Amino acid sequence: MALPALIMFIGFGVIPLLGVLALSFSSWDGIGAIHPAGLQSWRSVLNPGLLHALKVTFLITALSWLFQTPMSILLGTFLAGRQRYRGFLAVLYFIPLLLSSAALAITYKALLDPNFGLGAGLGIPLLSQDWLGRGNLAIGVVVFVVSWQFIPFHSLIYQAGVRQIPVSLYEAAQIDGAGRIRQFFSVTLPQLKYTILTSSTLIVVGSLTFFDIIFVLTAGGPADATRTLALDMYITGFQGNLMGQASAIAMILVLLGLVLALLLQRLGGRDRSASQLEGM
Amino acid sequence: MTSTLRTDSAQAAEAPARSRRKHRGRNLLHFNWIGGLLSWLWLGVVIIPIYWIVVTSVKSQEVYFSENPLKPPTHITFDAYRLVLQSNFIRYFFNSVIVTLGAVVPAVFFAFMAAFAIIRGGRGLFLRGANTLFLMGLAVPLQATIIPIYLIIIKLGIYDSLLAIILPSIAFAIPLSVLVLSTFIRDVPNELFESMRLDGASEWGTLWHLAFPLTRPALVTVAIFNGLTIWNGFLLPLVLTQDPGRRTLPLALWTFQGQYSVNVPAVLASVVLTTLPILVLYVIGRRQLLSGLTAGFSK
Repeated sequence: MALPALIMFIGFGVIPLLGVLALSFSSWDGIGAIHPAGLQSWRSVLNPGLLHALKVTFLITALSWLFQTPMSILLGTFLAGRQRYRGFLAVLYFIPLLLSSAALAITYKALLDPNFGLGAGLGIPLLSQDWLGRGNLAIGVVVFVVSWQFIPFHSLIYQAGVRQIPVSLYEAAQIDGAGRIRQFFSVTLPQLKYTILTSSTLIVVGSLTFFDIIFVLTAGGPADATRTLALDMYITGFQGNLMGQASAIAMILVLLGLVLALLLQRLGGRDRSASQLEGM
Repeated sequence: MTSTLRTDSAQAAEAPARSRRKHRGRNLLHFNWIGGLLSWLWLGVVIIPIYWIVVTSVKSQEVYFSENPLKPPTHITFDAYRLVLQSNFIRYFFNSVIVTLGAVVPAVFFAFMAAFAIIRGGRGLFLRGANTLFLMGLAVPLQATIIPIYLIIIKLGIYDSLLAIILPSIAFAIPLSVLVLSTFIRDVPNELFESMRLDGASEWGTLWHLAFPLTRPALVTVAIFNGLTIWNGFLLPLVLTQDPGRRTLPLALWTFQGQYSVNVPAVLASVVLTTLPILVLYVIGRRQLLSGLTAGFSK
């Protein structure tokens, strides 16, 4: 009974994964024949361009994490409580999750346009800068747009996490005289440890493969200011017709993803389920 | 805010033995100030662009350029929507529907069968291996395998067809679906399976008449999660199709924006139109949709 799933997954998951490795040692223009090429693709891929793409990827990943994690924890903690208007807030909060990345990116492209966008229309010079035309600003925009879409998702995860914290912990903290802020730092945050790890893993591994938002928003530009590894792979392969080199980049992506996911898991310790309620 | 807080604590003090929910509510108010302020602030950040999308899409181009972009429209026009619909969006809509249904139905069904087999007979080497393989699939960024997928699709002779998008979409959906569904099938008490077997039911019988009805909520959740991912998918259609007649909505949005970038109302009308179906779903079943979005992550 597991066969259909297995066949599909091997055919379009496992074989392609092995294919990436194989293609990275060959040369192919995407149309003609595939020739073995040894280490040639790897040699031409390991250049300053790759280093730049790595740097951009890490920068965007780090900034998205720094922005999304505290925001999502605070919003998630808030949404986990019960106040009448929270339900109303929640309905609106999650709308960004429904938009496709393409829709989101073209919306922000229009909104930030220095001539026709929101800032220009309102006549506020600060808002009508050439957001996507300057390197540093463009990175900031990418981080903001990505966060705009995903903060609701991570808030949901944290909301579920906070709701699982045993009430007795708060009661004990209250008896010990802990104030609100103290309770947040001494009870809520430590109890959310595994939720933070799950959410961070998703942010980090997700940022590695962000493609559509950046592709539609900036196409890697201006110049190559937002050319992340995933974009580098696409542009090298499907626009530059260098599938061998693109596969080498893809291989780096796969390895990075695996290493980061494993590191984050290790950070959380081996036994995830037992220790959380220790001493209860 | 303070008053709500006070009444909450008062209630809880009066009835200390009340349900856990009450206590939890009271206790969670403890980070209220900053959380509350932040949530209203973020609400603005979320709502203003959405409001801008909607009001601009019903303005004419001239009005949009001549007045404050946040002003509510005085004269509502659907010209922008007409332009979008004339640009073949109905076709793209049906392409998206075909791809989404064509991928979600088999993906969820296959994953359900696999999860059932793994939980019910998971001691064999074959099934354990399959399970490990699916789990590994969760850690690998599958988008990175797009180049070999492109090659396989060409070799199969289905490049530039909707089937070319459907097949890899099914494969990408399987690992997480198997994981989520197997945690739910595991919760079905073993005695139920055994008593059904004693009554002479086959494995298929127990799958259909026992596991299927009992895991239906999980199946819906998984279907929603995969449906949204595939509906919004961009990379697979971009790489695996070429003919404008095979475009799915996200790809159509992108090319439409390339054509009409100056016509802001039309671009935003296309955003509204492509999001509408999901918005309708959201209004009908908000809870189901949201739990579908975090399928497998918040458990």
